[in-house]
Amino acid sequence: MAATGGSPAGSGAARPGAGPEAAPAPGIAAPGTGVQVRGVARAFGETVAVSGVDLEVPLHGRLAIVGPSGCGKSTLLSMVCGLDEPNEGSITVLDADTAQGRLRRCAWMPQRDLLLPWRDVLGNAALALENQGIRRRAARDQVAHLVERFGLAGFEKRLPHQLSGGMRQRVSFLRTLVAGKEVLLLDEPFGALDSITRADLQQWLRSALDAEPRTTMLVTHDVEEALLIGERVVVMSARPGRVVAEFTVNLPHAGSRRELIRHPEFTELRDEILSLLEAVA
Amino acid sequence: MSTTVTRPDEPAVASPQRSFRRSAASSVRRALPAAAILLAIAGIWEAVSHWFGVPDYVLPSLDRIASTGISDWSGTLASATWVTTKEVVLGYLLSVVLAVTLAFALHSSRVVRNAVYPLLIGSQAVPVVVIAPVLAIIFGYTITPKLIVVALICFFPIVVNTIDGLASVDPELLRVMRTLDGNRWATLRRVEAPAALPSMFSGLRIAATYAPIGAVFGEYAGSQNGLGYVMIQAIPQLETDLVFAAIFILTAEAILLFIAVSVLERIVCPWAREGKR
Repeated sequence: MAATGGSPAGSGAARPGAGPEAAPAPGIAAPGTGVQVRGVARAFGETVAVSGVDLEVPLHGRLAIVGPSGCGKSTLLSMVCGLDEPNEGSITVLDADTAQGRLRRCAWMPQRDLLLPWRDVLGNAALALENQGIRRRAARDQVAHLVERFGLAGFEKRLPHQLSGGMRQRVSFLRTLVAGKEVLLLDEPFGALDSITRADLQQWLRSALDAEPRTTMLVTHDVEEALLIGERVVVMSARPGRVVAEFTVNLPHAGSRRELIRHPEFTELRDEILSLLEAVA
Repeated sequence: MSTTVTRPDEPAVASPQRSFRRSAASSVRRALPAAAILLAIAGIWEAVSHWFGVPDYVLPSLDRIASTGISDWSGTLASATWVTTKEVVLGYLLSVVLAVTLAFALHSSRVVRNAVYPLLIGSQAVPVVVIAPVLAIIFGYTITPKLIVVALICFFPIVVNTIDGLASVDPELLRVMRTLDGNRWATLRRVEAPAALPSMFSGLRIAATYAPIGAVFGEYAGSQNGLGYVMIQAIPQLETDLVFAAIFILTAEAILLFIAVSVLERIVCPWAREGKR
């Protein structure tokens, strides 16, 4: 059980409460590998979304995927998640290669927050715990002490429409993390936010993942976001999407977002990726 | 996550008392035009019946209707109102239970949906005026045929609106639920059912206005008491004032039922009012 060492943000604190074991913690067959994508292709009718994609994310590693819109990034992510199956190739998440198994191990967060308008902050955040069989009251109590770390203290009883966009997205994050999954799949998580809020949340996510690392795949078309959050950045081509380049990001771990984006290595990588994106689009 | 993000981006939210007072004031303001129109109609009515020589059995004056309503209240109207109210309320409740159950069944199974939806639409083509006497033959002068007629008239808008509501959930949200370990039942219970409530209440409000009509149909087909029964008795006697008194009571009942459903909606799904005016 190597995974329990760096337990993910939500689960470590949220789990110890008793309750039925709806989602048993999966073991890990290949130590060191979080997500492995091999020769994956997916077509929708005539349209080939992705083809021949090979990717590997080490355990607790962070991979960012950038590419022109419509390059099949989101398709790739929902296949890793187990919401969709590839036509060709295989996807292994930890030790699971079936869609069911992947679903149990992956948390997926799309661009829109998709909060339930009738549930308050705690109720929304506790959704996964209730789905896992924990009673409503107990589930709320479990997420209550996580609220502060997400900058939501004092807003526990607010309904989503009473929150700002950035706060709603953080509730959505909390809801995703509380599910206690080993692998985090983020599909343009900040795409719907204004640039100030987005910058804020990028910095917040970066430090959050530094503090409690977990295997993460981030899909974005914002190159800066990819460099800030990813340890490696993969560039995909236009449809049919395939991997055209992979970069390793060597940035100092400390440092604010503002310092980082002025870092010479950062700007150099950004320009390289941007020119590559122009070439493949 | 060691970093704590706190920020002053607290959105402004009106305090409950204040928003309540504002909504009370605005509902008074909203009711004003309706009251004005009602008064105008009443004025014209009175003028026509008093000064233009329209006979009472064609258009009785409002004051005459009112005095008949009062004088006949304890004799006939009170017990008739009670009987009809029972039929309306029980028939409506029956219809709600059946319709919501059916909607969930139709939503949950494609087979059931394909099998039952055509029947459902067909049921609305059944002429209630004709089916009511048949029901009266089968069940006699009891309350049962009235309940069936009320339920038959009311349930269609409830079923259709509830099904639409259940199907209105964002498909991406359903995918999120799957990644949050939500099985079919959890999704139905925690996502689809609450999401269907506002739409279901639209159906309930429409049905509320149909229910008194259904009760009168039922009573026309065969009854010993009720507002419909009073009307059947009064029309051949040319007691038009009594007929109008009964109609006004029925109208009031429909409005009250509508208001009751609307109040319930506000209590059950307060979030749905957000963004509505």
